[in-house]
Amino acid sequence: MNDAPIDLFAEAAEAARTTPIDKIDVSQPSIYQNDTWRPWFARLREDAPIHYCAESRFGAFWSVTRYKDIMAVDTNHKVFSSDSQLGGITIRDAPMSFRRPSFISMDPPLHDDQRRAVSPIVAPTNLVNLEKLIRERSQKILDSLPINEEFNWVEKVSVELTTQMLATLFDFPFEDRHLLTYWSDIATADLLSGKVSSEEERNEILQQCVKYMRALFKQRENGPPRFDLLSMMARDPSTRDMDDKMFLGNCILLIVGGNDTTRNSISGGLLALNQYRDQYDKLRANPALIETMVPEIVRWQTPLAHMRRTAVEDFNLNGAAIKKGDKVVMWYISGNRDEEMIENADDFIIDRARPRQHLSFGFGIHRCVGNRLAEMQLKILWEEILARFPEINVTGPVKRVFSNFVHGIEEIPVIIPRRH
Amino acid sequence: MPKITFIEYNGTAHTVEVEEGLSVMEAAVNNGVPGIDADCGGACACATCHVYVDAAWEAKTGEKNESEAAMISFANGVEPNSRLSCQIKVTAELDGLVVRMPAGQH
Ligand code: HEM
Ligand code: FES
Repeated sequence: MNDAPIDLFAEAAEAARTTPIDKIDVSQPSIYQNDTWRPWFARLREDAPIHYCAESRFGAFWSVTRYKDIMAVDTNHKVFSSDSQLGGITIRDAPMSFRRPSFISMDPPLHDDQRRAVSPIVAPTNLVNLEKLIRERSQKILDSLPINEEFNWVEKVSVELTTQMLATLFDFPFEDRHLLTYWSDIATADLLSGKVSSEEERNEILQQCVKYMRALFKQRENGPPRFDLLSMMARDPSTRDMDDKMFLGNCILLIVGGNDTTRNSISGGLLALNQYRDQYDKLRANPALIETMVPEIVRWQTPLAHMRRTAVEDFNLNGAAIKKGDKVVMWYISGNRDEEMIENADDFIIDRARPRQHLSFGFGIHRCVGNRLAEMQLKILWEEILARFPEINVTGPVKRVFSNFVHGIEEIPVIIPRRH
Repeated sequence: MPKITFIEYNGTAHTVEVEEGLSVMEAAVNNGVPGIDADCGGACACATCHVYVDAAWEAKTGEKNESEAAMISFANGVEPNSRLSCQIKVTAELDGLVVRMPAGQH
């Protein structure tokens, strides 16, 4: 199910069926903004599962669209590099002078060391410590929502909750926390989105992030041990001496990683339950289903539509002759709709037998560090929502992000008719 | 059929019978043993099937290959006897195997 107006959707379905295969270009951000991406990927999965697009705004690229082929690329980091100098992990190639290494856009061995430097933040014991905090904050946010009055769910709930979480992970001054969201949005904005108009402008804004974060980093190099992302980086041999580019790269990784993605899962989940009212009924009748619903939300939304790699040698990928230097895009958003692996893949079904069988967190050595933290946030939020509100109704059309990377939602008008 | 015992982090033991040829991960998942998530379904790509192999069984369960070693190095609480249970195949030789679970799977 999609939320585009009927004619727009019918038009897209027709275009997806009739466009010559070599002219299909799934990098166009508009198909995500107007929610017409499904038929394009359905066509590719069927007719050209590993598809070459010779010309696009982002240059030539391969699209990998089936679950198993995506898994094959994601787990073969020796052939499919994430290196920022080769272009990194998004379809957009930043100009050479703005390429910033971070451990998501590095290959072993440095990737491995830096990942290990920060991963204790999501160790099981720390998750237990965070649980109480997340619950208190969720309760506070939900208790402050207006009743019987329309508001934007994204702004009041999704953004607020994830920004607070992010501030905690960085131990960032709470009153300035909106800066984190701002930097996150700027870092990922498409140049045609209106948020930034050039790479120079983007870089200039992000230099404020470097300056702010550097000051905190410096304070945390010494003194009693502290448990936050900046302190961890300031004290680990693999991360304590980063130059400004790598420092910014890793800060942005940790900001974007934990922010847009969880935000859009919170938004996407509410939308999904409104589009599939039978699932909402099932959930109300049995709140224990939150456990399996949470990974299903993350699959259904697929908050990051793709990850990109660059081939460092010629490789035959299931019949496709990929050449050294080629740009290879794993469309998670498509693999998560692959009927070969997921039954009724387009549907939102909250009690699937193997709900964690999805690609939204990637697989292999770059698999999302924060995946259990993200799930925990969603789980707590839905427990608290069900405890308070009999229903939350979407009341109008949603506004989506103009991006082929961040699969996100900017606005969902909702009304909560009453409390329990 | 070989028997395998899984000991949860809280100490609860589960002994299950498994067909030879399946993986130790599948032995747990197919029998509803809690504590092994196996997000990737056995592709050695998620490290959420982490177990500790009891000392007596280390030799019989074999060596980690390169990709298992790489994935497991990102798991939480890694010890020398840590293994990804999807990479251990059940054989008659492993009848009686005992493995323990970590505090959580990440
Ligand atoms: C629903 C929420 C989330 C989604 C969908 C998501 C998605 C992803 C994806 C697709 C990757 C790359 C995987 C690959 O290349 O194979 C990734 C990596 C990463 N994520 Fe997340 N993420 C989420 C939440 C979080 C949170 C809350 C954090 C913060 C703690 C986080 C931190 C990271 C980091 C640091 C990496 C880089 C890992 C590496 O390169 O080794 N993510 N995430
Ligand atoms: S099940 Fe994913 S690594 Fe074993």
